[in-house]
Amino acid sequence: MTMKYSEEHEWVTVEGDIATIGITDYAQKALGDIVFVEAPEVGSEINQGDEAGVVESVKAASDIITPVSGEVVEINEDLESAPGTVNTDPTGDGWMFRVKLSDPEELDGLMDAAAYKAHCESLDG
Amino acid sequence: MTETDLLQTPLDALHRQLGAKMVGFAGYAMPVSYPLGVLKEHEHTRQAASVFDVSHMGQLMIRGDDVIGAIEKLVPGDIAGLASHGTRYTLLTNDQGGIRDDLMVSRLGDALYVVVNAACKAQDLAYLRASIGNQVEIEELTDRALLALQGPQAAEVLTRFSPAVQHMNFMSVAEIHFHGTACLVTRSGYTGEDGYEISIPADEAEDFAQLLLGEPEVTFAGLGARDSLRLEAGLCLHGNDIDETTTPVEASLTWVIGKSRRARGGFPGAPIILDQITNKPARKRVGILPEGRAPARAGTEITDMDGTPIGVVTSGGFGPTVGGPVAMGYVKTAFFSPDTPVQLMVRGKALPAKVARLPFTPHRYYAG
Repeated sequence: MTMKYSEEHEWVTVEGDIATIGITDYAQKALGDIVFVEAPEVGSEINQGDEAGVVESVKAASDIITPVSGEVVEINEDLESAPGTVNTDPTGDGWMFRVKLSDPEELDGLMDAAAYKAHCESLDG
Repeated sequence: MTETDLLQTPLDALHRQLGAKMVGFAGYAMPVSYPLGVLKEHEHTRQAASVFDVSHMGQLMIRGDDVIGAIEKLVPGDIAGLASHGTRYTLLTNDQGGIRDDLMVSRLGDALYVVVNAACKAQDLAYLRASIGNQVEIEELTDRALLALQGPQAAEVLTRFSPAVQHMNFMSVAEIHFHGTACLVTRSGYTGEDGYEISIPADEAEDFAQLLLGEPEVTFAGLGARDSLRLEAGLCLHGNDIDETTTPVEASLTWVIGKSRRARGGFPGAPIILDQITNKPARKRVGILPEGRAPARAGTEITDMDGTPIGVVTSGGFGPTVGGPVAMGYVKTAFFSPDTPVQLMVRGKALPAKVARLPFTPHRYYAG
């Protein structure tokens, strides 16, 4: 399954018309120890670029910007008791929510792994 | 401010060598965390011992014939009643009863050794010189670093370098030699744990920090852990929890106003502050314990159960030792009591919380 990335450091994978979204390894490293994740409500409609949730580290709160539009169909409830999973497995068990895609073409505007790597390197100067 | 404008502490090279994440704080490049991370640095400090570079803070030596009389014009603390080699937490108040800065004052013979906040040190120095500079000599110790060694194993570690520190009283100062280097050591800190703050000549600081780091109990901890530790310990951060608009009584710091000073007054803002002791202030700093998992950061509005605003969070975050979110802030008089239910307005949602007794994590200072 191909992983796509946003400039705001979210990743997306798609199976059928369901997208899974989380934050990247680069993002979890920058945030530090994550202590709280607030995912969007199941059933809510979110649009690309919306603040769909919040991830809080010991230091600060940071918005989760959804890279795709659609209806939220599932959230990762395990993160409520174990938010640190986002640090240890950001692109696996640390996934945050799933949406039923309303505009699959949005995926074409996201970065592939090589482009995202270059994006991170440009930020690190 | 760009990184090139930031001042460096004498340990700058060591922080970078250790892989610290550096941030600008009060004009200095400071380590916010090391590769261990804020959470583990916090936990390590509660379990063993950590070194914090606090060289950005202002260190002053005040000398003169009546240095006690001079400083007591500016602070509400009973400095005259301070034993030789005693250390006291006190405040520089303003004429409205607000808090210009909080500081540590240590009595060293006829001199006072004073440590002030980094962000306030320039204005503190100007204010001290303008107010009492004609009576006393005020020297800023710019050639000294300040290292805090904090945690339940701090005494065991530092005693290896000089046995003289082992039985120092909590809140006392001593001139100690470590390997021939003359240092000023106070048994104090900002974590709620036992520990020391060590004032050391700048050019000796890195070597000494490396020696401490070589001890098996010791790791470095950054500003991130320093903040979560002091928050759990219920200690104020000037600029957040106390400032020019909060009085010591409102800040629940009435204990810093010495008994003799309540009778004598004679410090800036005394009429307002002493009146609040008698007649109670309209608001007070309290602990706030959110019931859920979401941290409430500084600036979060506090409401009663009907949604009417009653105050604001001044410090808040995750308490690693508590294992959940903790905060403190100001609430109106009717909501002072521990366990009073309140709501925190976080991202437009009212989250349940309770007023809580401070500290969240019991202080474990050295008691002899």
